[in-house]
Amino acid sequence: MKAGLIAKGTPWSDRAFDIVVYVVITIATIVTLYPFLNVLAISLNDSTDSVRGGITIFPRQFTLKNYETIFAFSGLITGLKISILRTITGTILGLISASMLAFTLSRVDFQGRKFVSTFLALTMYVSGGLIPSYILIKDLHMMGTFAVYVLPGLVSAFNVFVIRSFIDGIPYALQESAKLDGANDFTIYWRVILPLTKPALATIALFLAVGQWNSWFDTYLYNGSQDHLTTLQYELMKVIQSTTTNADNFRGRNMVQVMASISPESVKMAITIIVTVPILVVYPFLQRYFVKGMTLGAVKS
Amino acid sequence: MKAVTTMKSKTSARPKSRFWHIFAQQKYLYLMSLPFVLWVFVFSYLPLWGWMMAFQKFKPAKSFLHQDWVGMKYFKELFHDDQFFQALRNTLAMSVMGLIAGFVIPIVFAVLLNEVRLGLLKRFVQTISYLPHFVSWVVAAGIVTKMLSTDNGAVNELLVGLHLIDAPIQFAGKGNLFWGIVTASDVWKETGWNTIIYLAAIAGIGPELYEAARVDGASRLQQVWNITLPGIRSTIIILVIISIGHLISIGFEKQFLLGNNLVRDYSQTLDLYALNYGLGMGRYSFGTAINIFNSVVSVILLFTANGIFKKITKESII
Repeated sequence: MKAGLIAKGTPWSDRAFDIVVYVVITIATIVTLYPFLNVLAISLNDSTDSVRGGITIFPRQFTLKNYETIFAFSGLITGLKISILRTITGTILGLISASMLAFTLSRVDFQGRKFVSTFLALTMYVSGGLIPSYILIKDLHMMGTFAVYVLPGLVSAFNVFVIRSFIDGIPYALQESAKLDGANDFTIYWRVILPLTKPALATIALFLAVGQWNSWFDTYLYNGSQDHLTTLQYELMKVIQSTTTNADNFRGRNMVQVMASISPESVKMAITIIVTVPILVVYPFLQRYFVKGMTLGAVKS
Repeated sequence: MKAVTTMKSKTSARPKSRFWHIFAQQKYLYLMSLPFVLWVFVFSYLPLWGWMMAFQKFKPAKSFLHQDWVGMKYFKELFHDDQFFQALRNTLAMSVMGLIAGFVIPIVFAVLLNEVRLGLLKRFVQTISYLPHFVSWVVAAGIVTKMLSTDNGAVNELLVGLHLIDAPIQFAGKGNLFWGIVTASDVWKETGWNTIIYLAAIAGIGPELYEAARVDGASRLQQVWNITLPGIRSTIIILVIISIGHLISIGFEKQFLLGNNLVRDYSQTLDLYALNYGLGMGRYSFGTAINIFNSVVSVILLFTANGIFKKITKESII
């Protein structure tokens, strides 16, 4: 293959094609990245100066005051704690459930295999909908609890199937030899399968963690009035909704009102950055795993 | 001889005990799966039981079995409600726009990205392109609102700077722009992510096809048209069928976060309608009727799409 941006000695039509490729790729990259850099710059800029506008990707009057302002609110610290806590518990429990189910489904000799597999697959196509689910949570007395963040979505059929197709690629002989050494099925899962499944687990861990970190609707629906249980995304949602043009009459409380009355713009952008940073740090490292996982999942399903 | 007959009679006469025998042997496999099956039953199947609500005059204080049955009352109410048809129109408009943009743009992007020959550049662009997929819609909506805002929003500044418009447009307050804004936001957020599958499919095309085309003097564009696109055809079709199945259940997250009272007539989807008019007002039965309508139409769309594609292209998922 010829390296170099544009290969030499090629016909004009191919060169034109190359130019189109690079122009489009460049525009796409700028369009994707610019908003984030812009938000970052505004969050690091003096809030009264920001109002003048014209800030692109560099702050004009650098300051960390916006970040100091938001961390002075107890609501944000609580939100951060709850978000971290739900991300950790949700990810661990989700990994356990998905990997255990995936392991049992990968065992051709398992006599409950077909039933469990169908039972799971159906959930990808049928769901009760918003209101029946809401009433179920209410009837289970899970409203206003931390458990509502983790338990209802514990098992995800998609995750199970992604991990299973990965386990299917591991030679069965490994399990058989472990059996000869006297290992039971649980030991095989724990000592043989889990260590070999690390790439798939990393992918699923990323999906689970991002899902947990990003969700806000369950807080809105079940825990909106529980100040000690609100998540960071929910707080951000309130702040953003409170200042958009003629937003709905939101059930805003202390934090929102105070936030909105001080400097909306820069502070809003600072919260946005705080909510985004953890993901920014994690996803590039796991990229090669999830690209593989996605591809596998797509081909098999 | 004797041993064989006894074994035979054992297995044929008592199949139940054979099941329990294997069950005991596989107790760990059962221990690792049945608790979660129970879990799925509670949180995914029990809500289906709640569908009965749509045919009852549901009072939260009583159990499902002690409600008054009202038949199709709530469905009739639903089909006589103008807001329902507005929500249906909005849902279909946004999902069709999303479907078209959500296929065409990632495919084009994947094909173009595949033509980038500098490995490092390709990887860099890809990594950047996934980024928006990983941020929440709350963050994305905040960013979109900021970019479109009338005071110093990047889009307005660019358009004014290029003299395409004279004064900033108030994007957030214009109902007729809402569908486009939602679609564009979705494209911004998901294009990179949706590209993964197509790039993988392209990578699976044999290099000898391109070699042969090159020998025959095909230009790069001709190679894309005659080799790359046909090579990912079945991937595209399968994804289209799956998407059509989800056509009507586009949810409400984007619409909830990007919308406001000014654009309500264009932002309310079926799910948002169920949220506002079902849950918000405590009309559980009515809201459930909306949920059921949603699910039924989804399934019909899925089977129809599958059937049509099966006839035309011999590809299907069911």
